[in-house]
Amino acid sequence: MSWLTDFVKPKLRALVRADVPEDLWEKCPNCGQMIFQKELEQLHRVCPHCDHHMRLGAKARLDHLFGAEQWESIALPEVPLDPLKFRDRQRYGDRLKAAQSKTGLKDAVLVGAGDLGDVPVVAAAFDFGFMGGSMGIAVGEAVYAAARAAVARKAALIIFPSSGGARMQEGILSLMQMPRTVIAVDDVKNAGLPYFVVLTDPTTGGVTASFAMLGDIHVAETGAVIGFAGQRVIAETIREQLPPGFQRAEYLQEHGMVDIVVHREHLVGTLTRLVDLLIRPVPKQEALPAPEKPGEPAAEEDDPNRIVPVDLAAENGAGMANGPDEKAR
Amino acid sequence: MHSFLDFEQSVAELESKIDGLRATQGMGGVDIQDEIKRLEDKVQNTLQEIYENLDPWRKVQVARHPARPKLARIIDRLIEDYEPLAGDRTFGEDAAIGGGIGRFNGRSVVVMGTEKGSTTEDRLKHNFGMARPEGYRKARRLMEMAERFNLPLLSFVDTAGAYPGVGAEERGQAEAIARAIETGLQLRIPFVAAIVGEGGSGGAIALAAANRVLMLEHAVYSVISPEGCASILWRSADHAKEAATALRLTAQEMERLKVADRVIEEPLGGAHRDVDGTIDRLGAAMQNALDPLVVMDGDRLRQQRRARFLALGQIESGMAAE
Ligand SMILES: [Zn+2]
Repeated sequence: MSWLTDFVKPKLRALVRADVPEDLWEKCPNCGQMIFQKELEQLHRVCPHCDHHMRLGAKARLDHLFGAEQWESIALPEVPLDPLKFRDRQRYGDRLKAAQSKTGLKDAVLVGAGDLGDVPVVAAAFDFGFMGGSMGIAVGEAVYAAARAAVARKAALIIFPSSGGARMQEGILSLMQMPRTVIAVDDVKNAGLPYFVVLTDPTTGGVTASFAMLGDIHVAETGAVIGFAGQRVIAETIREQLPPGFQRAEYLQEHGMVDIVVHREHLVGTLTRLVDLLIRPVPKQEALPAPEKPGEPAAEEDDPNRIVPVDLAAENGAGMANGPDEKAR
Repeated sequence: MHSFLDFEQSVAELESKIDGLRATQGMGGVDIQDEIKRLEDKVQNTLQEIYENLDPWRKVQVARHPARPKLARIIDRLIEDYEPLAGDRTFGEDAAIGGGIGRFNGRSVVVMGTEKGSTTEDRLKHNFGMARPEGYRKARRLMEMAERFNLPLLSFVDTAGAYPGVGAEERGQAEAIARAIETGLQLRIPFVAAIVGEGGSGGAIALAAANRVLMLEHAVYSVISPEGCASILWRSADHAKEAATALRLTAQEMERLKVADRVIEEPLGGAHRDVDGTIDRLGAAMQNALDPLVVMDGDRLRQQRRARFLALGQIESGMAAE
């Protein structure tokens, strides 16, 4: 302890803070580098230094998926607030109010409808900032509302969980959201519509053990933690060190639980291609290659070596190269 | 030999006095008989006093009592011509979940449930009733078998929860539970579940997405253990008692919230004082629950189950806490 560390340094820090507004810069929680806020937003919160995927809020997530102001918000039903009158060191009702004013959300999920390419999509995005994205009645209802909207609009359903699991403060009624959300996504599947899960950091507990593991296709963001039991609980139970990369997206892919691990940069392109492939198995009429196109031989219907023109892929809304760089890193 | 819970100490003392008197019975006369009778009445009164006033945390201890009815004993007493089945046909056999086919009051049924085990060796073998993915996948196999042969499905739940382990995670614990819930919800056969002891979180609902859910009087059903909840929200497991109260995990609360359809009364002093008597009551309640279901057609059974879960926690179900 010296005069220098006790007095001068805090003073200096205060000075620096006054000069450079802190909210212009954000520190990467993984590599510790400072990132210019504007750049970070442009990169959809992926660190340019280490590729760490920071969490996206629910609104930012839907903006990223559909484009800002390119989606319609789906109204969510009223639910009983604090059904158990739960109180720990704090009232649940107060925790809810604090989370609402912190995030500007009513609860942890936003549902939006829009287009990917030109395929209708309903998406439900979790906000980890709202009580850890935990699933109570409001979240279960949001998932159910998203499923109903997808069926009504003959749209694909995409859910982006980011959740610590069940919301304890709603007791057994939070556990009951597991069967309720399973019913919801099964309605979409039974309607013949695709249901995708995009597992984002973190997806754990009762959320993973219900709708989040029942997608037609499981996409995961690079590095996301995905699992059932918490790592601390597992470590205490087995009294061993956990293997490297345990419960990360790449680890789950190795173990057969995830189809595609994707960098956020390529996420929307991947989803656009997937919904198009499943919702429109035959290309749209106007997207068919014109045989009289100059400079190109007419494609034979049954020629196995027929090359699909590049602009067909673009017409289908993928709009990006199909290169190997899109795969997991 | 009883194993006594902390709050049963007064009963333990009385019963040891009775045992002492009985040992001297050969020498005694009418006096000793009267004294035994007096002490036995006192035991009954004390038990009544304790068990009528169990707080949620004490209910948790009763639900976890080592002498609570176990799956093997339940099946032994309720199911005739029982044939246990094994394996998930993918990876292995998980003894934490038992099940098979047999006759319940004369009718062929499929049975499944968690098994905590009775002796130390047995408990280890059954992993204390905490299943791995293989267990939930075996349960799913049993559900599908019930569906294929149009047999009612009976489920008995007593588990602290799914096993938290590296292998379990690698083999898809979450997916296995999700699929078990999904399969249960889709069945077109009568499906009745009973929470016998602990209904621990995802590991319990995996086997309980049923048309009717029954609970024994002192069973508990919770999204998280009181200890786990306390260590997160109170930052210390020492607050488990408060957490148990806040979580409202008792059978009586479950009935009020419509999560349980019926609470089955236990013998005085809890199921562990009269295991066979408890199982007989459980069997009668299972039969009662099954009766209206076996005459329903498959689509209606599925529809009823779906409606049952969708109605939970809704404003119109009038579930405001008192
Ligand atoms: Zn970084």
